[in-house]
Amino acid sequence: MGEMKPVLIKKGAEASLYLADWHGRKVVMKKRFVKKYRPKILDEQIRVYRTIHEPQLMHEAKKAGVPTPTIFLVDVKNAIIIMEFVEGKQVKQLLGETSKEKRESLCLKIGELIGRLHENGIIHGDLTTSNMILTREGKIFFVDFGLGEKSKELEARGVDLHLMKRALQSTHFRFTEECFNAIIRGYTGIVGVETAKNILEKLREIERRGRYVAERKREPS
Amino acid sequence: MRNKKTGEHYCLGIESTADDFSVGIATFNGEILANIISAYIPEKGGIHPREAARHHAEVASQVLEEAFLKSGLKPRDLSVIAFSQGPGLGPCLRTGATVARALASYLNLPLVGVNHCIAHIEIGKLTKHVKDPVTLYVSGGNTIVSAFDSGRYRVFGETLDIALGNCLDAFAIEAGLRQSPGMPFGAIVEKLAREGKKLVPLPYTVKGMDTSFSGLLTAAVNLLKKGGHKLEDLCYSLQETAFSMVTEVTERALAHTEKKEVLLTGGVAANKRLQCMVEAIAEEHNAKFCVVPSQFAVDNGAMIAWTGVLAYQSGLLTPIEKSFVKLKWRLDEVEVPWVK
Repeated sequence: MGEMKPVLIKKGAEASLYLADWHGRKVVMKKRFVKKYRPKILDEQIRVYRTIHEPQLMHEAKKAGVPTPTIFLVDVKNAIIIMEFVEGKQVKQLLGETSKEKRESLCLKIGELIGRLHENGIIHGDLTTSNMILTREGKIFFVDFGLGEKSKELEARGVDLHLMKRALQSTHFRFTEECFNAIIRGYTGIVGVETAKNILEKLREIERRGRYVAERKREPS
Repeated sequence: MRNKKTGEHYCLGIESTADDFSVGIATFNGEILANIISAYIPEKGGIHPREAARHHAEVASQVLEEAFLKSGLKPRDLSVIAFSQGPGLGPCLRTGATVARALASYLNLPLVGVNHCIAHIEIGKLTKHVKDPVTLYVSGGNTIVSAFDSGRYRVFGETLDIALGNCLDAFAIEAGLRQSPGMPFGAIVEKLAREGKKLVPLPYTVKGMDTSFSGLLTAAVNLLKKGGHKLEDLCYSLQETAFSMVTEVTERALAHTEKKEVLLTGGVAANKRLQCMVEAIAEEHNAKFCVVPSQFAVDNGAMIAWTGVLAYQSGLLTPIEKSFVKLKWRLDEVEVPWVK
């Protein structure tokens, strides 16, 4: 593979990301490693399924107007995806550093992008601020669709938003509410008031279904 | 008050969130002097909250007495009374809270309401000398991946519906298995699973860092009723699938937080296969792996007593008028000023 040796940029839980050179192009190589802790058949199923579905979903997301890295190569046998290297900053780092206004406009934009995914029947499956990259040009790229799926069901959309909120609660607990409210505003702008209402109702139902939910906490609507 | 002879302070903790009633006694230095557990075992089926609460009320005085005997202390030697204030089953929690309030007012001692989930983490840290772990807490009532950040234990992943232990128990009940003292459903399923060889495909549901077990349970029960699979194979497949799910989300939390310790606790922590899986991911990320010793991994009074000590030393007291139980008290709602 090219002249440059792949350099590990992130060792994630299920995959490692390498910065590599591919025919003179700077690319990210995502490799899903064998997980010895689970049975071989299950492990293979999971890795193959995700390696195939992730690029498909990323491609569909791009068609829906959500920036995602361009896919160059999918090697199912070795569970490797080679994609465009997107230069920018993780939203995770930005949220804490930036001003309230900037944070709000960022979240508004994120909400719109999630709305576009859902409008087009795409569920991201792991909406966290570490899976969003802001480029210099001000575009927000969504990455890591490994847990995604195609679905237009309220349930799936509700869970997706629930995960976004949970990610804010665990990582951006200081601004969870303002961020999530802005996301919902952006989201509503895309999917429409009526659909948004139904999905938020579903979201509440999902939260109530969970083991422990503080009943006194009201959700934004 | 400080004990005149030993110069020590003691905290008595009462645990009664679900099917166990337990009393533990801890010194302010973290020594566990007693940890008496009385488990309610239903004739058939799962835990009926009212019946479990009745059990707790019946055994309360005897368990208290045993704890005093074991520790060699008298009620007057105590400095603080702690109790499990939630989350859990209402009737069970109320029974424990009533005993705690009665003791505190009779002995004129301060009362401390403790969050049950936090107690599980704290006793793990105390007994395994762990400082700042990613904790996987799996039991009949909870499935939580948590780690400390800025004043609180944050929830990174949890179940979207039923708990892992609940899933295993419900499957065991559907399979007509019977539990006995020292051999809970989880242990029976584990034993059967060891004989299983064939992995039957079951739904594997990971959403972000969250998991879901209700679909898995339904699918496993349907296969059981349809016949054609050995029970051993189903137990094996259920375990492998469910454990792979929680292990995957634990690994995600570990990669995300980049912490250097992994703590496994809760009733399901006793399962050797689960220990093995979680240990593998800890190794992969160069993190130290610890399992809480079984007597402190299941619901127990010692963990409540020890967390009571920590809370009391941070000045967190619970006046009787605020000691109502909190059935759905999330662990990420609680400030833990004793953790730095």
